[in-house]
Amino acid sequence: MSTPVFTYTKGMIRTETNFCPGCTHGIAHRLITETLVEMGEIGNAIGVAPIGCSVQAHKFMNVDMCEAAHGRAPAVASGIRRVHPDKIVYTYQGDGDLASIGTAEIVHAAARGEKFSTFFINNCIYGMTGGQMAPTTLIGQRSTTSQDGRTKAQAGNPIRVSELISTLDGAVYVERVALDTPAHIRAAKKAVRRAFEIQKAGLGFTFVEFLSTCPTNWGVTPPDAMKWLAENMIPYYPLGVKREPEEVQA
Amino acid sequence: MANGNDKVLLKGNEAFAEAAIRGGLRFYFGYPITPQSEIPEFMSRELPKRGGVFLQAESELGAINMAYGAGAAGGAVFISSSSPGIALMQEGMSFLCSAEVPLVALNVSRGGPGIGGIQPGQADYFQVTRGGGNGDYKIPVFAPASIQEAIDLIYESAELAAYWRNPIMIFVDGIIGQMMEPVTLPEQRPFTETSKIRDAKPWAITGYGDDDTKKNVVKSLRMQPDDLERHVEYLFEKYRRAEKELCRVETQDIEDADIVLVAFGTVARIAREAIEILATRGIKAGLVRPISLWPFPYDVFDKIGSRTKAVISAELSMGQMIEDVRIGVGKRLPVRLINRTGGMIPTSLDLADSAEKIYKEVN
Repeated sequence: MSTPVFTYTKGMIRTETNFCPGCTHGIAHRLITETLVEMGEIGNAIGVAPIGCSVQAHKFMNVDMCEAAHGRAPAVASGIRRVHPDKIVYTYQGDGDLASIGTAEIVHAAARGEKFSTFFINNCIYGMTGGQMAPTTLIGQRSTTSQDGRTKAQAGNPIRVSELISTLDGAVYVERVALDTPAHIRAAKKAVRRAFEIQKAGLGFTFVEFLSTCPTNWGVTPPDAMKWLAENMIPYYPLGVKREPEEVQA
Repeated sequence: MANGNDKVLLKGNEAFAEAAIRGGLRFYFGYPITPQSEIPEFMSRELPKRGGVFLQAESELGAINMAYGAGAAGGAVFISSSSPGIALMQEGMSFLCSAEVPLVALNVSRGGPGIGGIQPGQADYFQVTRGGGNGDYKIPVFAPASIQEAIDLIYESAELAAYWRNPIMIFVDGIIGQMMEPVTLPEQRPFTETSKIRDAKPWAITGYGDDDTKKNVVKSLRMQPDDLERHVEYLFEKYRRAEKELCRVETQDIEDADIVLVAFGTVARIAREAIEILATRGIKAGLVRPISLWPFPYDVFDKIGSRTKAVISAELSMGQMIEDVRIGVGKRLPVRLINRTGGMIPTSLDLADSAEKIYKEVN
């Protein structure tokens, strides 16, 4: 009898994603849904994915889901949570969505200590609309709306969202992870699990930021995108736990 | 609070909130804005102790999106705001219509444009009947003229929203929200238990349980144009049916009147008094009072008799409903406007004088 060395998670729908080569959305999708399957919660989960490349998540995640308007997923999830206090609820949002148009919604959901988890895909750029400057675009980074590179004088410094959210008492668990190496991906999966477990324990709002790639809009190859993430993003967006509840501190 | 047929004296805004709770609308999301702030205040006090949920949103954008989430998850939801707040909610209204999420929404309206003022107005007629959000969609709008009628329409709309899987809007001017009247409250409809939502609303996102073939998605994005066109055509089949089934109007003496007034909400009440004043001056005036603003009762104007010389739209705006009145009347009769705006309200005498002047001009 042969032993399978790899099985496709039931958390993902058996279809090809339409993400670009080298994009880490697929990895983030799998980490989230695989964790829900491992926890036995995939059928008890409700996800929200707003506008941006994220909006397609319902086609790939085998979870009851709804789309949301640009930036509004935390408000939508707050409504869902009120109707289903015993389910696992999460939002899956990009950086243009969460850190720009949706700042009010994410800040207030965190401040209220909403008992859902937010997975924040930070790839320093607007993906779906074609590579415009995001609030997370790094100084000097070129985009279609900062063609000579972002400057502090013109656009200010990029926002470190995890650090911002961790100042709010309702946010009980905040961690930044990266999807560039196998070791970082394993750490990311642990963060996803902790977020869901803390949500299930009813302790408050949980937030995981994934440093992610966008080779298409960065104008680099997939392998170079992984290097670019490590060399440029991690120094500005340091990895690690920004906040965690006393109840789960090791 | 009293049950059954007991009469109670209630302020409009509190009565609307009570009617929503009794209608079974278990979830309320709101943001303070004059002249409807008594509603979130009442809901914060009453809903939790009666098994419901109140949540004060960070903005009207937050409120409408909480309503969308709760509605998509199968909850029965009520929201309220006033004109500029309703403007902020329009993005969400468009989403709810496309995704077919039920909602009962109340606009206690004030004067505009911009932040305008806090006194009563009807200049949201276009905003509530013509959308305001993007794309092809419709929202049924009811415009009650008394607190009792508002109670009854909110109560009924709780069922209509679930049946049509669409938002239903109740549109009152700030006078009706702020005044007090004796009313009879309906019986409490039971709230739907969370465990029974999936049976009642098999489309809702509740978590599918053990059977992933039952996975639900609530969405409005359709990237393929033929797919989007099919979806909008489907929505408009529903709206065409709603045009027949939800159209409501009240008339008074329009078959043999010298002039016919058209007015909704508070202005219809002023018009009834003006009609009595006009009668003492030998002018017989009829009244068309649209109760549904969309669907608008265009056909009612066919019943106006040959004696009538003009149709007058009386509004608290620069003339918005008059565009629908013109469609209804066609080229048969002159259509004229009597209006105040910015929160100003005509007295019945003002209205009678203006109507008499128009009658003399056209006769």
